[in-house]
Amino acid sequence: MPFTAKSGKFNAKINTVVVGTGDKAITIGGENVLPFYTFDDAIENAPKVGIEITDGGLAAEPECIQKFYEGCTTVADMAKKAATFEGVDFLSIRLEGGDPNGENKSTEELIQLVQEVADAVDVPLVVCGCKNVEKDAELLDKAASVLAGRNAMILAAKEENYKTIGASAGLAYKQIVGAESAVDINLAKQLNVLLTQLGVDGKSVVMNVGSAAAGYGFEYVVSTMDRVKAAALQQGDATLQMPIITPVASETWSVKEAISTEEDSPEWGSQEERGIDMEIETAAAVLASGSNAVILRHPESVKTIKNLISALV
Amino acid sequence: MALKGLDIFKLSPKKNCKECGSPTCMAFSMKVAQGAVSIDACPYFSEDAKAQLNEATAPPMKTIKVGTGDHEFALGGETVLFRHEKTFVSKTRYAVAISNAMDDAAVEAKLAEIPKVDYDRIGERMFAEMVYVDYSADADKDKYLDIVKKAAGLSRVVVLGCEDVDVAKEAVELVKADKPILNGANASNYEAMNAVATAAGVTLGVKGADINELYDTVAAIEKLGNKNLVIDCGTNSIKEAYAIAVQFRKAAIKDSNRTCGYPSIVRADVLAKGDAHLQAALLSLFTMKYGSIIVTEQMTYAEALPLYGLRQNVFTDPQKPMKVEPGIYPLNGADENSICVTTVDFALTYFVVTAELERSGVPMNLIINDAGGLSVLTSWAAGKFSSGSIAKFFEEQKIEEKIKSRKLVIPGKVAVLKGELEAKLPGWEIIIAPREAVQLVKFFKELDL
Repeated sequence: MPFTAKSGKFNAKINTVVVGTGDKAITIGGENVLPFYTFDDAIENAPKVGIEITDGGLAAEPECIQKFYEGCTTVADMAKKAATFEGVDFLSIRLEGGDPNGENKSTEELIQLVQEVADAVDVPLVVCGCKNVEKDAELLDKAASVLAGRNAMILAAKEENYKTIGASAGLAYKQIVGAESAVDINLAKQLNVLLTQLGVDGKSVVMNVGSAAAGYGFEYVVSTMDRVKAAALQQGDATLQMPIITPVASETWSVKEAISTEEDSPEWGSQEERGIDMEIETAAAVLASGSNAVILRHPESVKTIKNLISALV
Repeated sequence: MALKGLDIFKLSPKKNCKECGSPTCMAFSMKVAQGAVSIDACPYFSEDAKAQLNEATAPPMKTIKVGTGDHEFALGGETVLFRHEKTFVSKTRYAVAISNAMDDAAVEAKLAEIPKVDYDRIGERMFAEMVYVDYSADADKDKYLDIVKKAAGLSRVVVLGCEDVDVAKEAVELVKADKPILNGANASNYEAMNAVATAAGVTLGVKGADINELYDTVAAIEKLGNKNLVIDCGTNSIKEAYAIAVQFRKAAIKDSNRTCGYPSIVRADVLAKGDAHLQAALLSLFTMKYGSIIVTEQMTYAEALPLYGLRQNVFTDPQKPMKVEPGIYPLNGADENSICVTTVDFALTYFVVTAELERSGVPMNLIINDAGGLSVLTSWAAGKFSSGSIAKFFEEQKIEEKIKSRKLVIPGKVAVLKGELEAKLPGWEIIIAPREAVQLVKFFKELDL
């Protein structure tokens, strides 16, 4: 008697969202099953992998990543190179230098950079802010405007600045609006509702429901994603059917396991390997919880996670 | 799974003899279903019926214990599919693979490498708990038995990966006292392999060419009376192994299919042979979704640090916050003259705050208060993180004797405590930190020490 499983296929679906334009455009979401449950139903759009660079250029990269960008002098050079790495579906530019508590680079300078990066590559683009809500409102509003026509993802609108960013990215320039909340299903839902009330099309919203490096309160990430997917698929809650994107690199490359040098922690071995595995294992875990896209930094992590996804879908 | 009174009634003698103390068999069955009385109160229930009922009331997934003493591990026994429903009970365990097909130097190197990763993380010992000794028929048998003996000397649970019945018998004989796992039953050898496992009293691993053959083989072994089993998710492809791990677990827990209710074993070492990074991805994937044992070619600190952190997170009780041990944690090479910083013992707060404090590079003594494992504002609101509790903790820990600095930085969210603390800790300068952890690096770099 063969094994007979009850199908875990749902009637509801995750929204399908296209990012970018032309041949290189990517499509995420659209599934009516839990992550990688291809035995329940086919998954049309495999999760996508992005690579991240920052406005800080080569100097801001961890040492072990710099060698991959050899010969690059500008951020636009790096963008061009990054787009050619094996497994890269899209490019993310993080404007962390804009943080008023950090380098506090001017909006003009950063937007100029976004423009240069956009001109250098034809892969889909994600623009990430600096995490300061006031500065992001300004930065991401301008970014949405210079990227008009690129169908880029603006990451992200938060509860504090969703009006500016939602109106700019979602209404004025028709980009994909990233909605960021902090590991809580209710906050995620609330922000989606607020954005749609503002007039943003729910079908052009992608959620970042929060992230953490493996071992750093990651249980909240798992349970938030598990519950969001259950609400979206099982209960058919349209306010939670947006695909999920998870910026992994910005969490994993700042934890002790990745930054402690070999002199400081000789027993831990290769720092590069630690950084890569922290990124890979965190990415694999958020994908298993339901992320439709992940943003990574090390080319080896990108390649590996791409292989994992191809093997599963 | 709760059994309904009617189901029990169907199996009852239906005599209404009242000997059990209940007026009718129906009433008695209802009480049994509620757990109010034991079925043994009725003298007329047939043994057969009792066995059937015991079966029906058994948990959906078996708990299989392997190893002995300090190295005994429970596998399986899960009752839910998602951690927010209820705590996952049996942590995923990791096995490092060694084979007789490896050359002698590689075997020795592996045996020496395995014990190197062994550390403590929030009160839990982290190490690869198992060794998977894989038998290759193309290589020497005596060498295999020799590796089995050496592996047993590592104080870890040995998993014998061997489909050759005669070799398996010899290998099991060597280590059976340590309760190893014999992963070797398949559709063609299961009767003989089952006899080896049951005679030695060890857990038997079962594999199949595909999910159907696997299921049928498990069912056939169950018919022989052996329910001390683990399911091998196979080595055909990552996709198939994931499908088996997930579908078996779902069938066991959601559909009460007990033939699927066994722990699983995942061969990441074969599924991603020679690709350490892909194996790291699989270690993570199968820790999230339903691997009970995952076999890997290597477990260095690179794989281990994120993996054991992930496991610790995933297997926590969702209703109970993770706590770190209260006390003094010197950071960045701090000594008794370094400034003091204080916060609560909620593990997430601790990790987020320490990561930022370490990034600042400023030497400091982090003093973790006993705040019941709650976050800063929650513990403050609950009165577990107040000027009184901090002062008391300073006294208990004899902070003033241990540390000479008299500067104390408190979380920005409890800035209101400054005045009271200055009164309760005379001689201390109380400094208020920013409200968010991300602002700490800048704050400490600019702080006039």
